[in-house]
This record gives sequence, C-alpha cells and structure tokens, in this order.
Amino acid sequence: MLGKLTLSAIPYDVPILVGTFIGAAIAGLAVVGLITYYGKWGYLWREWLTSVDHKRIGVMYIVVALVALFRGFADAIMMRSQLALAYAGNPGYLPPHHYDQIFSAHGTIMIFFMAMAFMQGLMNIVVPLQIGARDVAFPFVNTLSFWMTTISFLLVNVSLFIGEFSQCGWLAYPPLSEQQFSPGVGVDYYIWAVQLSGVGTLLTGVNFFATIVKMRAPGMTYMRMPVFTWTIFCTTVLIMVAFPILTVAMGLLGLDRYLGMHFFTNDGGGNQMLYLSVIWGWGHPEVYILVLPAFGAFSEITQTFSRKPLFGYKTMVYATASIMVLSLVVWVHHFFTMGAGPNVNAFFGIMTMVIAVPTGVKIFNWLFTMYKGRIEFHATMYWVIGFMITFSIGGMTGVMLAIPASDFVLHNSLFVIAHFHNVIIGGVYFGYVAAMNFWFPKAFGFKLNEAWGKRAFWCWFVGFYVAFMPLYVLGFEGMTRRMNHYDNPEWHPWLLIAEVGAVLIALGIVCQLTQLYVSIRDRNLAENRDLTGDPWNARTLEWSTSSPPPFYNFAILPEVHELDAFAHDKEAGIDTRQAGGNYQPIHMPKNTACGFLIGAFSFVLGFGAVWYIWWLAAVGLIGVIATVIARSSDNDVDYYVPVSEVVRIEQEHTHNLMAAQAAE
Amino acid sequence: MADHISSSGESHGSVGSYLTGFVLAVILTVASFGLVMSHAMSPAGTGGAIALLAVVQIVVHLIYFLHMNGSSEQRWNVMAFVFTVLSVLVLVAGTMFIMHDTAINMMSR
Repeated sequence: MLGKLTLSAIPYDVPILVGTFIGAAIAGLAVVGLITYYGKWGYLWREWLTSVDHKRIGVMYIVVALVALFRGFADAIMMRSQLALAYAGNPGYLPPHHYDQIFSAHGTIMIFFMAMAFMQGLMNIVVPLQIGARDVAFPFVNTLSFWMTTISFLLVNVSLFIGEFSQCGWLAYPPLSEQQFSPGVGVDYYIWAVQLSGVGTLLTGVNFFATIVKMRAPGMTYMRMPVFTWTIFCTTVLIMVAFPILTVAMGLLGLDRYLGMHFFTNDGGGNQMLYLSVIWGWGHPEVYILVLPAFGAFSEITQTFSRKPLFGYKTMVYATASIMVLSLVVWVHHFFTMGAGPNVNAFFGIMTMVIAVPTGVKIFNWLFTMYKGRIEFHATMYWVIGFMITFSIGGMTGVMLAIPASDFVLHNSLFVIAHFHNVIIGGVYFGYVAAMNFWFPKAFGFKLNEAWGKRAFWCWFVGFYVAFMPLYVLGFEGMTRRMNHYDNPEWHPWLLIAEVGAVLIALGIVCQLTQLYVSIRDRNLAENRDLTGDPWNARTLEWSTSSPPPFYNFAILPEVHELDAFAHDKEAGIDTRQAGGNYQPIHMPKNTACGFLIGAFSFVLGFGAVWYIWWLAAVGLIGVIATVIARSSDNDVDYYVPVSEVVRIEQEHTHNLMAAQAAE
Repeated sequence: MADHISSSGESHGSVGSYLTGFVLAVILTVASFGLVMSHAMSPAGTGGAIALLAVVQIVVHLIYFLHMNGSSEQRWNVMAFVFTVLSVLVLVAGTMFIMHDTAINMMSR
C-alpha cells in the first residue's frame, strides 16, 4: 500500500534533522498563523497564488529563490564546519552518509532552485516591461512554470524529513547513482525534482522566446532591443536546446533504476561514460543560461549609473550571441580525464579558450561605459564593480582549467570548486543581487535601503575571497572535492580560513535580510517612495510606466524610435506614456488555479514514484492530465479592462508624477 | 489583441492530414518494433535502421502534426528548425566523436 515507505524512513534518530524539522515547523506555523490572523488567505490565493500577472509570478520566483538560498547556504556552512573540524582522527559531526547528501543537496538546490528561480523571476519582472508588452505570450503557461519549479523544490525539502536525498553529487554520475550502488530513494528524489522543475524551465524558455519574438512594442527592431532582453533572448534559446538533453539524461537514468535497463550500467552493454557526455551537453549551456542574464543586468546598471549610453551596444549583442553558440561546443572540458584522446581534448580545450574572447569583449565594454561617465556609486554599482574584479579572476582560472594538461592535475580537486564558485558567486549571484537592487523599486514602488545594501556587498565580497581563495591553494596541495575528513596538517589552516569566509558570507545574507526589513519598514518615507516610476533616471521602457506598474503595464503601447527608447523620449520631450491619449479597452488574461493544481498533482506524482506508491503516482498523473484537459476546454480565460478603469489608474499616476515634480 | 484567439497565417491541418500523419506514424513505429523483434538484420544494421526510421518519424510529426512547410509565414519556424537541426547535429556528432575516441584510446572495444 505504501510502497517502500515505512516508519523507519523518518530520520527521528538524527538530532540535526530533528532540530531542522522543529525549526522549519515553527517557522511554517508562524507564517500560517500570521496569514490566518490577518485574514489574508483569500488575498494570497486570488492575487498571488493563482495570478497570471508576470510581475507577481516574478516576485514569487524570487521569494522561492531566497528560501532556496537560505537552504543551500545552510548546507554550505555545514560542509565548511565539518571540514574545519574533521582533521586528524576527529570524525567531525557529520557522518559520510549525511555529509554526502549535504553536498549533493547544496549543488542541486543552488543551481536548480536558487539560481534558476532567481533568473526566471528577474526575466518575468523585467522582460515584458522592457519590450513594451502587456504580459507574456502564454500567461497560463507562465504560472504553470512557476509551480513546477516550486513543487520540485518542495520535493527536495521533503527528502530531508522523509527518507534521504541523493549522495551522488549534484549531477548523480553513474554507476554510483544506479540501483546497485544507491538502492535508497535519494537518487529518485533527485531525478523527480530535476525532471519536474525541468518541465517548468523549458516552458519558461518557450514562453519568453515567443514573447520577445512576437510582442515587442511597435518600432522595436531587434537592434533596438535593450541588452537585458537580448541576453534573455539568447538564454531562452539555450534553454530550449539544452533542457531536453537533461530530460533525456534523467529519463534514461530513471529507466535504468526503475525498469532495470542498462543505459549507464557496467553490465548489459551499458556505458557509464555516455552519461557524462549527455549530462554535460546540458550542463555547460546551463552555466551560460545562468550568467547571460547577469551580464544583461550589469549592462543596464552600468549605463544607468554611469549616465551614458552603453559602450558598444552592437558588440555586446554579437558577443552574447557568440557565447550562445560557443557554449554548445565546450562540454568535454568537464571530463578531460575521462580517457578521450588528444584530438577530442584539444578541440574542446581550444573552444573553451575561445569562449573567453566574447566574455572579455563584454568586460571591456562595461569598463569603457564607465570611462568618462559620471559614475554614481550607488549600492547597485558596488555589486557591478565587485563582479568585474571577481569574475575576471574566475575567468582566468577557467582558462587554466581549459588546458587539458593542467586539468589532469587539477581535475576533481578543490581548485575546480574554487573556480566555479568564483564565477557563479562573482558572476551570477552578484549579478542577480545587483538586478534585484536595481529593479526592486519598479516591482514594489519603493527603493531598497542603500546603507544595508553596501554592508551586504562588503560582507559578500570579502567573505567570498576569504572563503574561496584558500580552496585554490588546497587544490594545488592535492585536496580532492567531496572529502569527508582528512589527516594532512598542511590543509587544516586553509580550511579554518575558509570557514571564517563562510561566516562572513553568512553576515552578508543577514545584511540582505536586514536590508529588506529596513526598506519595507521605511517604505513610506519621501526619499524611498518612487512616485515617478523612474527613480534612477534610466534609459529603457520599463521605467516609463508607474512603479509598481498597473497590471496591464502600458495603457497605450509605447512607440519605439531609437535604442534606449525611454532615454530618447526624455531627451526629445516626448511623453512615452501618452497620458490622456485615446485609451482603448485592454484585453487581459484571467487568473487561474490550473497552474497551481497541475503543480500539486505533479508533486503527488513525483512523491508516489519516489516511494513506489504506484496508486498515488497514478492519482497524480491522472490529476495532471484531467487539469490540462479541463483548462484546454475552458474558453472563459480572458476579459477586457473598461476604459473608465484605465483612465482612473492613469490619472492617479499622473497626479503622482505632478506631485513628485512639485516636490522637486 | 482584438480577437479571442487569433488563428491567422498558419494552417491548422484537416482531419485528412491528421489521419495520414497518424497512419504513417503507426507504420513507422510498427516497422521499428518489427525489425528488432524479428532479428532480421545484424545488431549494428538494426541500430542504423531504427535511427533512420526515427528521423523519418520526426519529419512526419513536423509536417502533419506541427504543420511545418516552406511558405513565407513560416520563416520563423523554418529558421528555428534549422537551428535545432544544427544543435542536434553538434550534440550527436560530438558525442559520437567523443565516445568513439574514448573507446579507441582506452581500448574498451
């Protein structure tokens, strides 16, 4: 009846997990209690959980990403503490069985549920506004994507308290991840979480590709698209190319585990090395799926706070597109040591070095944008400059690893860990935080506190170097990754320093939470309110509407005459909003619970399949199919906003604009 | 924006074209199974034949179910298709190159 699920699957004998469960339960009950106390369930359900508004979906994505950041970082600091302790006979406080789950969960969560969710949140909030559209191409698919990501993250967290998580690293290499060596449910949790969230990501890719191709404002040709939109455009292409590969890799591994097939086993004609090639065929484009939007955000922020148009817009676009193509032909550099001959390794090594060229072009473009600009050292700009320094170092160690000969020395060592945290924290994370600081007033109508933003930056920036530079040294000293304990006295001091770095990063996260708290507390102060919708004197269309934008974004779709349409209109004295113009009824999608329902049924399907509870999995699958059919046969999915409503909202914003001008 | 659901440009097919596509898909699927189950060819030959049938199957789906053709309204579809074919080729040819080279180098075959 309950498949593999028995009472012994609940780890009530592990004090760390029991403590975590109690903490999570108290926090969860507190949130539920507060919502009930303030009577906000109806509001939450109608206005957020069932919303098809891309701005609200974007905010929810980023909330999920921040929760994932918290979970992923908790894993990280546990690993650093284990390695600071587990030296010379001391086993540390995490037995290998638990430690292996922690590093697997850390990687899985940080990539799939922190970075991917954050990135999709940013593209949701910004892209339709930036291209002058009223929503995305498929609003229902958008809420479905969000729920698929969210329930997958939930599935990973359920594995904490029911059963176990994968112990095979974040990419679950066979043969370790096969039934023979991992008979537990850990790898199954991993497979289902990755598969279900992959559906959401792929749909986001299709959705935003269609949105950018079909829904740009009149006059916005491809070469008038803002750089952030360009980077998202290339990211969606990569999502559409790469995520099906991940689905296939996970599908084949799942067939091996569930149906006893032999795609990646050692016997039965399987080839475990094929898994490496297939998974990295997704894995390397994935890195660029994450970092390209960060590059786009840096471009928007640099030009805005340097008070200058971006240097080399066209080279930026071509560099982005070259990275998009090149990222598909470098994947072997993740497994140079697999045993392929010099022909293969030389080809992929050279391609990897080539990809550094367009990235270098971008760095110089940002530097030249700042050169002779009137740079405003806003908190957002701190992250940009911190990124340029940190990412350049990470890029150079990356080119070192691109040389197959040196990779043979460094493969699987902490040098690799230091390198990819160098580019993912320094590039992706700094970029997303900068973007969050930059676009926060657009989403909520008030600015984030700058003092706490700068404190968060300094903690993260210094903390990053203290935590990861020792790992480069340890890599050269021969320390391998995923090690549970060691007895080499030379390593111990470096691991202690790295632990200090992790604590500094923890302080950075505390500063970020404080920044959010202080900003929400002081949101009504005059200097924090954004009445004009353009708090930074920025250049692109999203700043031409109010903050937060009306749910239809633009009462009249803007006309684009030039690159940086809003900057052009401000200089030429054109009112981009066309306030008081000829308003028409606006066609908008209705909210729907179908995305939430399909997500919930998918969770049931995933949970049932992980535990071999087949009747439960069948219930989930039938629920998904029934909801899709019901939604497809529903014709009552849209409505028109009457002109009177549009006039009321637009006049309110015009009053705000006039009040802001009078205050100046 | 004006209409409920706009269906301009692309053809959405007819019952006839869907049936043709369905019958072709069934024939191709049965042929693949038949090849494997009858052991009519050598293992390598069977693999190649199934791969060929699969490619034909893809084309059938694209034409009859996804309504792709060469007309001008379909420029985007054709461009996307060409890019997809290129990416798939890079991946398939790349993987074959890597795995073949590894097999030779490690003398695993």
